[in-house]
Amino acid sequence: MSTLEIRNLQVSVDTENGAVEILKGVDLTIKSGETHAIMGPNGSGKSTLAYSIAGHPKYTITGGSVTLDGADVLEMSVDERAKAGLFLAMQYPVEVPGVSVSNFLRTAATALRGEAPKLRTWVTEVKEAMDALSIDPSFAQRNVNEGFSGGEKKRHEIMQLELLKPKIAILDETDSGLDVDALRIVSEGVNRAKDANNLGVLLITHYTRILRYIKPDFVHVFANGKVVEEGGPELADKLEAEGYAEYVGS
Amino acid sequence: MSVLTSNILVPHGREEAWRFTPLNRLKGLHDGSAAIATHRSLSLKSASVPGVTFERVSRELLPSLSTTDDAIMNRVREFSSDVAVLKIASNSELSEPILLNRESFDLTSAEYSRVLIHIGSNARATVVASNTGNTLLAEEIEFKVESGASLTFVTLQEWDSQTVHVAKHHAIVDKDANFKSITVTIGGSVVRLLPTVEFTGPGADAQLLGVYFATTGQFFEHRIFVDHCVPQAKSRVNYKGALSGEKAHTVWIGDVFIRANAEGTDTYELNRNLLLTDGARADSVPNLEIETGEIVGAGHASTTGRFDDEQLFYLMSRGISIEDARRLVVRGFFNEIISEISDSEVQVRLMERIDSELVKAGA
Ligand SMILES: Nc1ncnc2c1ncn2[C@@H]1O[C@H](COP(=O)(O)OP(=O)(O)OP(=O)(O)O)[C@@H](O)[C@H]1O
Ligand SMILES: [Mg+2]
Repeated sequence: MSTLEIRNLQVSVDTENGAVEILKGVDLTIKSGETHAIMGPNGSGKSTLAYSIAGHPKYTITGGSVTLDGADVLEMSVDERAKAGLFLAMQYPVEVPGVSVSNFLRTAATALRGEAPKLRTWVTEVKEAMDALSIDPSFAQRNVNEGFSGGEKKRHEIMQLELLKPKIAILDETDSGLDVDALRIVSEGVNRAKDANNLGVLLITHYTRILRYIKPDFVHVFANGKVVEEGGPELADKLEAEGYAEYVGS
Repeated sequence: MSVLTSNILVPHGREEAWRFTPLNRLKGLHDGSAAIATHRSLSLKSASVPGVTFERVSRELLPSLSTTDDAIMNRVREFSSDVAVLKIASNSELSEPILLNRESFDLTSAEYSRVLIHIGSNARATVVASNTGNTLLAEEIEFKVESGASLTFVTLQEWDSQTVHVAKHHAIVDKDANFKSITVTIGGSVVRLLPTVEFTGPGADAQLLGVYFATTGQFFEHRIFVDHCVPQAKSRVNYKGALSGEKAHTVWIGDVFIRANAEGTDTYELNRNLLLTDGARADSVPNLEIETGEIVGAGHASTTGRFDDEQLFYLMSRGISIEDARRLVVRGFFNEIISEISDSEVQVRLMERIDSELVKAGA
C-alpha cells in the first residue's frame, strides 16, 4: 500500500524574462489502487505537475512538498524517484538515437530490479509485454521512440509501465493521438498494471472516452496552476458537456 | 638509409594545413629532427588466403601514386626504404576481413612507413588495420581501388597515451569502384589523419565514416579531402566525435572540391560533435568548393552540442542512473558509425573502450 502526497506544490520555470510561476499550490493524494483523473484546459500546468513529480530539471520547486510513503520525493534524483516506484508516461516521449528498445528496457529493468533479469525469462517477458500492446517484435531492435508514430510512442510507454511495475503511475495524455483500437489496447494495458500491482494512477486527459475504459475514482479539475474542483466520475461528463468556462478567467 | 638533409619545408603552424596542429608535441616528426626508426611495425595478422599477398617492395620500384605537399608525408617518402604492399587479386571475393596489425612500443625514434593497398578490378574485400602501442609514427597509406572493385578499410587508432601518429590515407578510386573507410580514433597523445579521396573514373563512390573520442589533453585531427575530379562520382562523409575533459581538442576539416568537369557529382558531408564537459574544444570546418552547377547534390552540415537533457531525463525516469544514461547516450551517438563495422568483436571492444574513456574522463 503506497501513498503519493502532493502538498501545496508551487513550481516555476526560468524564462528569458525571469521565473514564471506555473503551479500555484497543488494538493493531491493518490493511493495504491486508486485512479485519479485530472482534466483541465491547455496550458493550465498539468504536464508541469507530471514533470515536477518525476524531477525534470527544467522546473524549479518554489514551495510545498511531494512524498511517497513519507519519503521526500523532491530530494531524490530522477532515477531514485523511479526506483522509489514512480513512473511517468510522457505526453511527448523522447527519441534516443542509437539506443535500441531492447537495450533500453534491459538497462531500465536491471536498474529497477537491482540485478540483470535472467536472459531466458527476460526475452519471454518482453515478448509478452510487446504482444499484449500489439507492438510488432521488430520494435525491439529499433531506436527508442525514433521514427515511432504518435500512437506507437504511447503504446511503448504503457509497455514500459507493465514491464517496470511501478507503484504510482502518472499518465500524461496517454490517450491523445490514439485510434479507437489503440485506445482500447492501451487502456487494457493500464488496467492490467492496476490489477497486477495494485497500481495507483494519476491520469491526465482532455477526453472522457478513455475514462470509459479506465474508470476513475476521482476527477480533479485543474485550472491556472491548481486543482479547482474535485468530484467523482460524473464530474468528467459535466466538463465534457460544459467546458471549463466556469473555472477559468476571474 | 636516407640522409637527413632535405629541402622539405618545415611547417611553422601558421599555414592553413597546420594551423590547428600542436607542432611542439609532434616529437620532431614535422621538422625531421626525430631519430629514424629501423623497425617495421606493420604485419599481416590473418591467415594467408588465395588471391591476397603481403610483401615489402623496395621504394625505388614503387614510387608513390599520388602527389602531396604535406611536409611529413614528403618525409615518409624520403625516409622509408620500402613499401608494405597488400595486394588483392582481381575478381577475388573475400568473405573474411584481412587483418593488419601495427604494434610498437618505441618512443625514442620515429617510424616512417609507406603502405600500398591495391585491390584489383571487381574484387571485394575488407581490410581492418589495428594500431596499438606507444610510438611515433608517420604513415602514408595509398589505396588503389581498380574499376568495379569494392574495398572497406577499417582503421582503429587504439593507441596508448603517448603515441604521436601522423598519417595520410589516400584512396584512388576508379570507374564504378567503391571505397568505404571507417576511421576510429580513441587513443594517443596527438593523432593527425588525412583521409583523402581522388576519383579516377565515373561512377566511383566513396564513403568516409569516422568516430573519435578525445579525453583530457588529447589532440585528434581529421582532415578530409575529397577531390571530385571526374563526372558522376558520389561521396558521403560522416564523422562523429565526443570530447571530455580539460584541453581535449579535436579538429575536423572536411574539404570537398567539385571541379569544372565533375558533372553529376553527388556529395554530402556531416560532422557532429558532442561536448561532454567544459574545457574541451571541437573545431569543425566543412568546406565545399564548386566549379560546376551541373551536379546532383552537394551539401554539408556541422553541429557541436552537449548532452541532450531531455534524453537523459527520459532514461533516468526509467530508473537508469546518470552514469548509465550518459553511457547509453554516448554509445547511441557512436552506434551509427560503429555498427557499420561488420566484425562484432571489434564493435564490442570499441564500445568498451569508449565506456572506459567515459569513466576515466569522469563525464
Ligand atoms: N520555458 C517556458 N517559458 C514560458 N512559459 C512556459 C515555459 N514552459 C512552460 N511554460 C508555460 O507553462 C504553462 C503550463 O504548461 P503545461 O505544459 O504544464 O500545460 P498543460 O496543462 O500540460 O497543457 P496541455 O493540455 O496543452 O498539455 C503553459 O502556459 C506554458 O506555456
Ligand atoms: Mg500537457
